[in-house]
Amino acid sequence: MMELIEAESGRLLAAITKLLGEKGIVTEDELVSRQALTDAANPGQGARMVARAWLDADYRALMLRDGAAAAEAMGIPMRGLPPLGVLENDAETHHLVVCTLCSCYPRAVLGYPPFWFKSAAYRARAVRDPRGMLGEWGTIVPDSVKLRVVDSTADYRWMVLPLRPAGTEGWDEAQLAAIVRDGDMIGVTVPGV
Amino acid sequence: MLQPGTPVQVKLDWPETRGPCHIRTPHYLRGRMGVVERHLGDFPNPEDLAFARPAARLPLYHVRFDQPALWGEGYAGDAIVVELYESWLEAR
Repeated sequence: MMELIEAESGRLLAAITKLLGEKGIVTEDELVSRQALTDAANPGQGARMVARAWLDADYRALMLRDGAAAAEAMGIPMRGLPPLGVLENDAETHHLVVCTLCSCYPRAVLGYPPFWFKSAAYRARAVRDPRGMLGEWGTIVPDSVKLRVVDSTADYRWMVLPLRPAGTEGWDEAQLAAIVRDGDMIGVTVPGV
Repeated sequence: MLQPGTPVQVKLDWPETRGPCHIRTPHYLRGRMGVVERHLGDFPNPEDLAFARPAARLPLYHVRFDQPALWGEGYAGDAIVVELYESWLEAR
């Protein structure tokens, strides 16, 4: 076991990749195409979904019903990935996403998580003192708004559909998508103009 | 199948004290009372999948917990919502 832990990661990866191929579990081509999809995923994809949902009530309904179908409708490949649930913020409710167990994150639509998402501090404080932690981001959740912390523990990935900020009346989809950041889509921040 | 609105208690169980295991039920919820929000679907039990054992499909629920009650502090009305498998829940 010590030898495995101490193995140089590049060699370990090469050995596992070779074994997967020899056993017919996954081909080199499949690995390359999956890696390309993973590297291509970025918060801009989720932002396009949010912007469209702000403009198109039918799309918004689809997104809240089946996030993966809504992502596919925007050309984001979801095959073989966990279901995507979408949590809608409104005047009464603010959602915050955390994974206290590990690092579940809606990577297909947001890309790699920010470095702090996996930190013990974020994972602990998001469930223990969420309003205090959000305050340090400058995200003030008014007392009149209920906070729902969604601890992503199992087979779903969760993203937040934030409230469309005032001052964006008449904006088109590209303009709206440009103001939506990754933090807005897990509820640590809210979009603003 | 547990219906939305059903009060449930998370089992007060610590399999990690009995040997190697893989658990998706956060420790801070063991033994706590919550309410089923909705059934999210059925998924192969990750506690078996992690060890390459045959895995039965289990109902998975979104369960809501009163956040201040978990910690003895916080804002009334705030909630924590967590995915939990039926095998960890007892209707109360």
